[in-house]
Amino acid sequence: MIKRLLHRIAEPVDGWLLLFLLMLFSVSMVTLYSASNQSMDKVVSRGISMVVALSTMWIVANFKPIQLMRLAPPLYLFGFLLLICVALFGDVTNGARRWLNVGFTRIQPSELMKTAVPMMLAWYFQRHEADLKLRHYAMAGLLIALPVGLVLKQPDLGTSILISAAGFYVLFLAGLSWRLIAPMIMVGVAAIWFVSDLGRCTHVFREFQCQRVQVQIDPTSDPLGKGYHIIQGTIAIGSGGALGKGWLKGTQTHLDYIPERTTDFIFAVYSEEFGLAGNVLLLILYLLVILRGIIIASQASTMFGRLLGGALIMSFFTYAFVNMGMVSGLLPVVGVPLPLVSYGGTAMLSILIGFGMLMSVHRDRKLMKS
Amino acid sequence: MELRNAQRERYNFQLRLLIAAVVVLGGLLALFSRFFFLQVVEHEKYHTLAESNRISLVPIPPSRGIITDRNGIVLAHNYSAYTLEITPSRVENLENTINDLSHFVEITPKDRRRFKKLMDESKDFESLPIKVRLTDQEVARFAAQSFRFPGVEIKAGLFRQYPLGESASHLIGYIGRINDNDLDMLEEDGRLPNYKGTDHMGKFGLEQSYEAVLHGKTGYQEVETDSGGRAVRSLRRTPPVSGNNLVLTIDIKLQQLAEEAFGENTGAVVAIEPETGGVLALVSRPGFDPNLFVDGIDPVSWRELNESPDHPLNNRAIQGTYAPGSTFKPFMALGALELGKRTAAQGIHDPGFFNFGNHTFNDDKKGGHGWVNMYTSIVQSCDTYYYMLANDMGIDNIARFMAPLGLGQKSGIDLPGEKAGILPSPEWKRRVFRKPEMKKWYAGETISIGIGQGYNSYTPLQMAEATSILASNGVAFKPHLVRYLENSVSMARSIIEPSPTRQLALKQANIDVIKNAMVGVNKEGTGARAFRGAEYISAGKTGTAQKFSLRGEKYNANHLAKRLQDDAWFIAFAPADKPKIALAVIVENGGFGAAAAAPIARKMIDYYLLGKLPKSDVKAADPAAADPKSAELLQVD
Repeated sequence: MIKRLLHRIAEPVDGWLLLFLLMLFSVSMVTLYSASNQSMDKVVSRGISMVVALSTMWIVANFKPIQLMRLAPPLYLFGFLLLICVALFGDVTNGARRWLNVGFTRIQPSELMKTAVPMMLAWYFQRHEADLKLRHYAMAGLLIALPVGLVLKQPDLGTSILISAAGFYVLFLAGLSWRLIAPMIMVGVAAIWFVSDLGRCTHVFREFQCQRVQVQIDPTSDPLGKGYHIIQGTIAIGSGGALGKGWLKGTQTHLDYIPERTTDFIFAVYSEEFGLAGNVLLLILYLLVILRGIIIASQASTMFGRLLGGALIMSFFTYAFVNMGMVSGLLPVVGVPLPLVSYGGTAMLSILIGFGMLMSVHRDRKLMKS
Repeated sequence: MELRNAQRERYNFQLRLLIAAVVVLGGLLALFSRFFFLQVVEHEKYHTLAESNRISLVPIPPSRGIITDRNGIVLAHNYSAYTLEITPSRVENLENTINDLSHFVEITPKDRRRFKKLMDESKDFESLPIKVRLTDQEVARFAAQSFRFPGVEIKAGLFRQYPLGESASHLIGYIGRINDNDLDMLEEDGRLPNYKGTDHMGKFGLEQSYEAVLHGKTGYQEVETDSGGRAVRSLRRTPPVSGNNLVLTIDIKLQQLAEEAFGENTGAVVAIEPETGGVLALVSRPGFDPNLFVDGIDPVSWRELNESPDHPLNNRAIQGTYAPGSTFKPFMALGALELGKRTAAQGIHDPGFFNFGNHTFNDDKKGGHGWVNMYTSIVQSCDTYYYMLANDMGIDNIARFMAPLGLGQKSGIDLPGEKAGILPSPEWKRRVFRKPEMKKWYAGETISIGIGQGYNSYTPLQMAEATSILASNGVAFKPHLVRYLENSVSMARSIIEPSPTRQLALKQANIDVIKNAMVGVNKEGTGARAFRGAEYISAGKTGTAQKFSLRGEKYNANHLAKRLQDDAWFIAFAPADKPKIALAVIVENGGFGAAAAAPIARKMIDYYLLGKLPKSDVKAADPAAADPKSAELLQVD
């Protein structure tokens, strides 16, 4: 009886993925304890949200990919409507309109779109699997551009980049011609050139978005304003050295130099205390998760499964890359948490929902073989 | 054809996935090389940066809003002073350092104890005060020696002071050092960043409930610091925004007058302006000195305050709940008129007792009051009338009528920790008691409710509020203590507009009957002695609430310990035709309401309406000084 129950629980779960996940969670707990000035409360509340997220992942993993596929268009439509609601009646925080107040809580619909957009595109390509034409790619492009446009308008540059990236991964994996990919990359480069000048940039974007990018190009030019975060983060990482200063001993962290140290900048805390050795371990953990995801995507039985799996795992890579790149001064400060490590339940939940989908795709492969 | 297509698509996908994997590897390698560059190649540079020159944000705490009474008399303000602070993590031997410091600055054992307590509560790298309020000489002496004390520095800061000491301490409250619980709460509310550099926050009274208004907005200074953490130069400054001032509805002279009138007695007074709900005085005796709490109270004073049987830290006006005794009767009578259970003229014969089942409820007056109508029942405070009335009205009707008057309900006054008291009803008993036999309401319990005894238990604030509602002919305001918020820079005032919370549907004719009877109380009844010769017409009602079941014995104050003696009540409003002030006074264990509580009300109304100050030698508040015989002659309830 108990054996059957255990079997039922374990059945939809991918063991490897779960193992790597739990290892990342341990890193999260250990670092959070230090970053929060040894607040057990934060660690416990983090633990609770991990359990909630893991349970949600398990539930999602129980769906069949075909069911997820049916869910894609309504989910996309729902998210899109919510984004319109945000634009019309959203709450304004720090000059940006991102939250929707639904009575008992506030939600951020753009978070939902990070998953809904790749699902929708994968569904779309699956439907037109037999004869993919250029116009299908164009249509897919529109499906990305609509929500991204609304998110840009909020304005939330970071999230709109992440949604575009998720959509782009589906297009790329669906076999978008290199002749089209090349110009897209060129447009990206041109965009960076465009925003790098305040005059050019403020025509289209809000000033704080432009400044974020510019400071990136030369952080020392504004050491006390926008560059402050980057400089302090970089000092924290650099002063960590090869082996780190030791757990709970990071001076940058504990003297309050690191901003948002339990959320977006938690990597600086980790890196200061565990050094290059710790960073390599973390990179390996991320690599293992991503490779496992890629393997799952490559074995998927349907086009929907392949595209969704591939896009989700590449999005996960993007979060990790953008966050660590941002904190170490390679990339602009865009406000992306370090996946599975930063404090914050919503981001973790949506990532684990994605992993649940990956597990669902993985299970489907077995069924097809037998 | 389709099959081949699918195969090709699959092959293409695998290829693309491979490219993606290469991108991932490339990305992670890029990160690795960045880390390697920072942590190995440039490690020295960043190590030095982290250890020595840093740019840090130094918070500049805002100055806290001041609190004044309605006439601008200052009740809480700030003064600047120097403190000597130590950062334990930067000091090698703490004990030696403190010993050395004591050569230049006087450090008492109390300071050491307080410092030790602070260290236990804070992190090592926080700078903590070893000595507050340095004299100018001490500042000069230390400044000359400061090079010998790394990790020790003098800081200038603003300190809170309550110039009137004990006066109005319960309503003003106090600030205290921010502790771990406060930090958690601030973090939860997202207010923590605004408290960087702030050591104190409101812990009690208005200082607590208006914390967000009083605190202000913290400014920042960006400074370059050397390896010792000392500021080398300032780079940029965002000035702080001072907190708003509070201008209270309280008239502090009225408040102090009432406080003095209590003498050594304990108890409470609440006086309300019926036209606005503004609280004119809110007294709780005994008081305490809020200044003790500002720098962290020392253990000895704390024990004294906490263990005193008089509970000076308890705000009796909003937290003490008492049986209202006969001050409950006017409201019972009003209820009877409204519900049609009595008319004003309808009379009863009072034989001096009321039999219910096999229990006899006695009137205070032996032999009874004879023929009693509603007017005489209030003026002479006849118990039998109300035993019968309570029985006729029934407990549900009483509870339904009293609730809108605010009895047994939290008023929502702008002070923390208000108690609701008890408005007894069968529903209340079911909710509160656990034993089944206790959950049932017995009809006999209703009888003593009628004279304000039994389970009845209200705060002085509630009694004042009910009196105020009666005075204003049924218009209820939320009682409040703050009249304006005042911008401390522009002095622009934002009025907290008093808006009626509800209009009770009471017939004016019925209200007039009760008011007329209460005027009678002060003219020819139990309040007449206290209000003899008043230059205005006032309305009142005395009350003497039993704390102790006498079990048939005759009440004799001399045989009872002080703490078991009756509580003395008085409620009043004046002038009777257009009330400017409504109040409730309770003197704990004061005995007769007419003798102990009514004179306090008289003094307050004399002052508030006529500006008269009492002669300082009047000792009428002390019931021992009042002649017990004359009190009995007045047929006090």
